[in-house]
Formats: sequence, C-alpha cells, structure tokens
Amino acid sequence: MYELLASFAQTGGLIYFVLMFAGALAYALWPRNQEKFDAAARLPLEDGGPSDGQ
Amino acid sequence: MTERIGATRRGNNTSILGVGALTGVFLFLALLMATFSKDAGMEYQALTFIVLGGVFLIATAMWAGGLVDRDPFDESEYENTLVKFGVAASMFWGIAGLLVGVIIALQLTWPTIFYFPELGWTNFGRLRPLHTSAVIFAFGGNVLLATSFYVVQRTCRTRLAGGMWPWFVFWGYQIFIVLAATGYLLGITQSKEYAEPEWYVDLWLTLVWVVYLLVFLGTLWKRKEPHIYVANWFYLSFIVTIAMLHIVNNLSIPVSLTGSKSVQVFAGVQDAMTQWWYGHNAVGFFLTTGFLAIMYYFIPKRVNRPVFSYRLSIVHFWSLIFIYIWAGPHHLHYTALPQWAQTLGMTFSIMLWMPSWGGMINGVMTLSGAWDKLRTDPVVRMMVVSLAFYGMSTFEGPLMSVRAVNSLSHYTEWGIGHVHSGALGWVGYISFGALYCLVPWLYKKKGLFSKSLVEWHFWISTIGIIFYMVSMWFAGIMEGLMWRAYNEYGFLEYSFVETVEAKHISYMIRALGGLLYFSGAAIMAYNLIKTALGHGEAEDLETASDPYAQPEPRAALAPAE
Amino acid sequence: MGLMNNHGVLERHSLLLTVGILIVVSIGGIIQMAPLMYMDNTIEKVDGMRPYTPLELKGRDIYIREGCYVCHSQMVRPLRDEVERYGHYSLAAESMYDHPFQWGSKRTGPDLARVGGKYSAEWQVDHLIDPRALVPESIMPPYAFLMDKKLKYEGIEDRLRTERLVGVPYSDEMIENAKGHILAQADPDDKGFDYYDSLMGLYEAEAGREGTVEARDWDGNPDEITEMDALVAYLQMTGTLVDFSTYEADDLSNRR
Repeated sequence: MYELLASFAQTGGLIYFVLMFAGALAYALWPRNQEKFDAAARLPLEDGGPSDGQ
Repeated sequence: MTERIGATRRGNNTSILGVGALTGVFLFLALLMATFSKDAGMEYQALTFIVLGGVFLIATAMWAGGLVDRDPFDESEYENTLVKFGVAASMFWGIAGLLVGVIIALQLTWPTIFYFPELGWTNFGRLRPLHTSAVIFAFGGNVLLATSFYVVQRTCRTRLAGGMWPWFVFWGYQIFIVLAATGYLLGITQSKEYAEPEWYVDLWLTLVWVVYLLVFLGTLWKRKEPHIYVANWFYLSFIVTIAMLHIVNNLSIPVSLTGSKSVQVFAGVQDAMTQWWYGHNAVGFFLTTGFLAIMYYFIPKRVNRPVFSYRLSIVHFWSLIFIYIWAGPHHLHYTALPQWAQTLGMTFSIMLWMPSWGGMINGVMTLSGAWDKLRTDPVVRMMVVSLAFYGMSTFEGPLMSVRAVNSLSHYTEWGIGHVHSGALGWVGYISFGALYCLVPWLYKKKGLFSKSLVEWHFWISTIGIIFYMVSMWFAGIMEGLMWRAYNEYGFLEYSFVETVEAKHISYMIRALGGLLYFSGAAIMAYNLIKTALGHGEAEDLETASDPYAQPEPRAALAPAE
Repeated sequence: MGLMNNHGVLERHSLLLTVGILIVVSIGGIIQMAPLMYMDNTIEKVDGMRPYTPLELKGRDIYIREGCYVCHSQMVRPLRDEVERYGHYSLAAESMYDHPFQWGSKRTGPDLARVGGKYSAEWQVDHLIDPRALVPESIMPPYAFLMDKKLKYEGIEDRLRTERLVGVPYSDEMIENAKGHILAQADPDDKGFDYYDSLMGLYEAEAGREGTVEARDWDGNPDEITEMDALVAYLQMTGTLVDFSTYEADDLSNRR
C-alpha cells in the first residue's frame, strides 16, 4: 500500500497538475471570456457603489 | 431601498449582540482558566485575555450604545474606520517587529553586551520567535486585514458585510498577537516554527479566522458587480488555505484544559513533514498570495491602468496555488524523510519559478505607457522594486531547493538572507507602497505629508536590504564551505566555533542593514501620521494640486491600450 | 432578502471559487503526505529506542521553552563532513517519540542530535551558565538562571498519559511512579533511592538493552532538583539510544 501511494504521489501529481493547468489555460484563453475579463480588469479603476464618506 | 437598509440595520444590531455574547463566553472561559490555572504562564495569558477582551467588550458596548442616533453600519458608505485601524496597527507592529529584529541581530553580533544573565526571557531563543511572529503575523497580517477589507469593498462596490463582526476580526486578531507574543516571552511555545503559539491561542485564532472568512465571503455575496476581481481570488486563497494549514499543523492534545502545555499528535518524520508543509505554505499563502492581491489592486489603481493581462493573472493564480502546496519537503533535504518525497518537493519548487515570474511580469508590465511614474512617484517605485525583489527571491528559492545546492545552503545564513530578501524587499515594500497609498485615500488628502521623506525611506531601506542580503550570502556560503572543508591530512579543517567567529563582520553589517531598514520604517510612520493630520503637502482634497500624488480618482481615465 | 435571491447565482460562484481553491490546495497535500502515515515503511527497525524518562522529558520541555531549536538542529545529514563532525546520520526512528520533532532549520550553533555523552555533564552545566567562559568566541545566550529554578513536575503523570494518547508507549507503572522516577534519576543516592530500580528496570526493558538510562546529580547541586538537572539529563541522552552495532543501513527494508 505504501509503495502504491508513494508512486501515485509521484506520477499522479504530475498528471493532476497537467490537467488542472490545461483547464485554467483553456478558461483564460477561451475567446468568449475576453469581454468578461476586460470588464473585470477595469474594476479597480471605475467608481461606483457606496460613498467614500467618513 | 429603505426597506433593505432597515433590514441590514436589524441584522447589524444582531451582530453587536453576537459579538458581545461570543466575547463574553470567552471572557468567562478565560476567567475559569485563570482561576484554575495549572501553571503561572497560563494564568498570565488568561488575565491578559480578560483585560484585552474586556476592553474590547466595553468598546463594543460604547460603540453600539453611543451611536444610536446614527447607523454605525450605514450601507451607503464604505467601512473606512476599520481600515484606518488596520493601517495604524500595521505601522505599530511593523516598527515593533523590526526593532526586535535589530535587537536579536545585535545579540548575535555582541553577545557580551546584549545578553542579560538575570533576564532569561530576553535571550535570543525567546526573542527570535517574537521577531518572526511580529513581522509576519502582526505586521503582515494587519496589512492583509486592512488592505483586504479596503479592496473587497471597492471591487464589490458594497460595504463590508457583517456589521460588528469585522471589528471582532480586527480586535480578535490583535488579542491573538498579544497572547502569542507575551507567550513566547513567558516561554510558552510548541516550538513549531511560525506556528509557535500553544493550543488555546490556536483555537482562538481559528475562531477569528473563520469569522474573517465569513466576513470576506459575505461581502462577496452582496457585491454589486458581476465579476469577482482577481485580487479577491488571491485574498480568498490566502484566507482559506491558511485556515487549513493552521488547523492541521496545530493538531495537538492539551495536557490539561487549564494548562498551557500540549502534546503534538504527530511525531518525528510525520510531524516534520506536516510542519514544513505548513511552513512553506505560510510563505506561499500568507506572504505571497496575500501580497499578490495587494499588487493586483494597488499597482493598477496607483498608476491608473488596468492590469497588464487579466488572462495571465488567471493562469498565474491557479498554477501558483497548485504548485506551492507541494513544495514543502525541500526544507527536509537529506533528512530522515523518504527521498521520493524530497524529490517531489524539489521538482515542484523548481516549477514554482514559472508562475512566480509570470505574476511578477504581470505586475511590472502594468506600468507600460506610464514608466515615467517610476521616476516621479516614489510610491510606485517602491512597489515595482518590491516586484524586482520578488522575482529575485523566487529565482533564488528554486535554486536553493535543488538538493545539491541545499546541501550547502541549508542550516546556514544563506537561508536567512533568502527569507529577508523576500521579507524586506517583497513583502515589506509592497506593504509600504499600499500604506502610502491608503493613508491619503482614507483621510481624503491630496498627497502625502512629504514626498521627499518617501525618497529618504526608499533609499535608506534599499541600502539596508542590500547590506543585509550581501552580508548573509557571504556569511552563509562561507560557513557552508567551512563546515565541509578538509585539510591536507583528510581531517575537517575547522571546528564549529571557528565558523561562528568568521561570521562576526558579516553580523555587524547585517545589524547595520537591519537598523537602516528600521529607520526607513520609522520615517514612514512619521510621514503617515503627519499625512493623516493633514500637515505639509497633505492638504485636503480640492485645495491644492500635487502632480505625483494619485488620490483616488473620482472619474476613471481612459486606459492606455 | 431580495438581495440574496438576485445574487444567488453569483453567490454560488464565489462559493464555487472557495471550494475550487480548497480542492486544489488540499489534494496536493493529501497525495504527498498520505504515504508517510504508513509508519512501518517510513521508520526503520532499530534496537534501543525507548520513551523519554520523566526527567528527560522535562528537560526537553525546557529545551523547547528556551527556543534552543532556533539555533541548534537535531538532524545529522548523511554527508561525509556531517557524519565526521557529529556522528552517525540521524534515523527516522530516533525521533519516533518526539511530539513535536526538533530537527530544526538553522545551525547558528552546532547540531545537537548526537550531543549526548560528547561532553561531561559538568562541562554542559558550566557551558550553559556562561558559554563564553568555556568557548570565548561563542555567541550563545547564558542560562545561569536554570540553576536557580526548582524543577516543577506536579502534573507529570497527566503529561505522560497525554503522550501515551498520541502513541508513546508509557506503561501504567511508568505513569504511576513518574514523580519517583524524577527523584531517582536526579538524586539516586538519597531522595530517589527507593525508585532507582524501578526507573532502570522499566526504561531499560523498553529500550531492550542496558546502559540507556543514566541517573546522577547532574548540576552539581545535590540538595535540589533544578531545571538545569533536567536539561542536562536530556542533553546527555540525546542521540545515544539506538544501538548502531545492530543497525544495517543496507538492509532493503531500511531503504528510504
């Protein structure tokens, strides 16, 4: 059992990472998300919401 | 609209009751612990809690009772007062933590002058955890509390959720700091680095932290924007992961419910692995993702440009948090930890270089089209230089995680130099940058009290960091080589104490570097207090113009694409 | 609560984000750490390991309290110079009863994994009182105050019981006689005389060999059991338990 788990940690970890990375990359580069990201990127620069009063 | 405000008011009144009741319960428990304490340390700690908790409870009651004619949690305004408290606490603990750092650097340099045989609690062994906890958790933690509360409100366009609960988080966290710090001086520690506080302090922090998570999530839930800005992702990962790490690494069984001592559940190898899984990810999720969140909000805001690539920030986020969690075993090279685990830790540490630099590039390139700000605005320069230090220490880290390099660097001053290039350069500078931004914004000032004092701070501190890093690199590599040096007869060439003696000059330069850095922070504290008071160049908005300052712009400028 | 309903989808989104973060950061840790919980495969079979005696355990608590671990590691790496400087490299088995471990991360002072017996108890006491009197270049803090502090051990039985709860094999007899064992190990000729045989018998039986427990006045002050007694008793046994004459590093079951 120990050997099984240890070898899985070494190989499974890599596969798991590749899959997750591919997923994140796909999400980030998906063309339809472009607009959403552009809007999100401008969030800190635009004002709105409650007043900044004391 | 009015109906909603009415509803939230009722909700917030409940929050005052809730905070009062919870604090009251813990005050009662502390009273029991003080009465039946098994050791003097426990008694002091419980009494400290009662005094601080009592002050907090009275302050809460006054706050709730004295403001009846006005809604203290008015949803049409941002919660700025709490952020101001956070900024003040950051400055206070920052100065305190750096001062202790200077003292312990002097102790190692001139032991005959700075050790006091009659005052055992001032010895290096008790002060060093005080220094590390003060700068990481007290200074860094308060910077993260203050900035996260500021940023999440602005990017969600809504007031902080939970009424009185955010105040509970703030005061609860300060109580945690005081208990931890006085505990070390009393000799109460479980000896797990960066997780030294004993079981009851751990439990208190867990409670505070869960409330922090709920306040943060609650604010996200009532946001008026469809998007969750990327800085909030980083803050969220910091809060969630630290909770997980803290709970697992502090699994222990108290010997007595009224005694300070506890016994760790794990032993030996398992305990070591858990500790450095925690230790490395405290760096990853406290000192990295939390401060990257600052980068993703304050740099775009200050230079008035959207982040260089939002897509890159998404890839940056997921790959960074994924890879970081595996890197812990590089702290245990050549130890009794099974070698496959060491190799795994090393592999992921090297991979970590990529997302780290991706994030750094994303931050620096946000300035494209506004590079002149590096020259005209010392606050922007400070934040960009922090990224340069981040890039440097995240290159050095993977290098040191390679087993062959680690066999030389581990246990030496090189490690101390490495963490300080990250701590002073990256964490310190991005925090100072955020504080320099926040004070004029919060107090509605046109700019800082003195721009030239920022220049002084920047240059004095930078020279300090360079003194620190270079002296520790030199000392570390030298002692590493001396430990493994053989003479012509095949014997070890140096006794251990000869390697200690050889570091004396390096220690002097290090202490000087630390003193310079401390002086810079003191200058900042002075500058920020004067700014809040509205002296010098820190005039109220609308009355003066200062080209370098970037008070919160009321109207968004067009981005340079 | 109209607000909540309108934002229901997004609310789930931020919860989704939280859950996603938790999955990403926890699975990695679990995969990496789970195999290590198989103790049989992680810890070697050795002869000589035994739980700390109550006095040694109290000494270890003082070691932890004073933060000795911030400057002294207890982990000799299998590198030529370290083995020559400090002794046999450290085994996982040697810290199997260490809750918490004391491997350390920095050597501002030398490694202490095998300091036991390297110097005399008298040297240790003198060195702790004034390090620079013996080693002029030393930068270690002075610990003279340990001589003046009487060792407190009222709750020692509860302490051993808690250790047993997390897997340290303290027997009922060891727990019942814990106070007597402290007296026996620090003052075997007088106050602890009656407990001497019990201390030696129980702990050496657990170790499986003789010569693993030493009893004497440690700090040169036979009238009182001080914190110095406990600390030096701990230092003098550190790294001495395992019988390396029977340990076979090349044995396949000992490969890590």
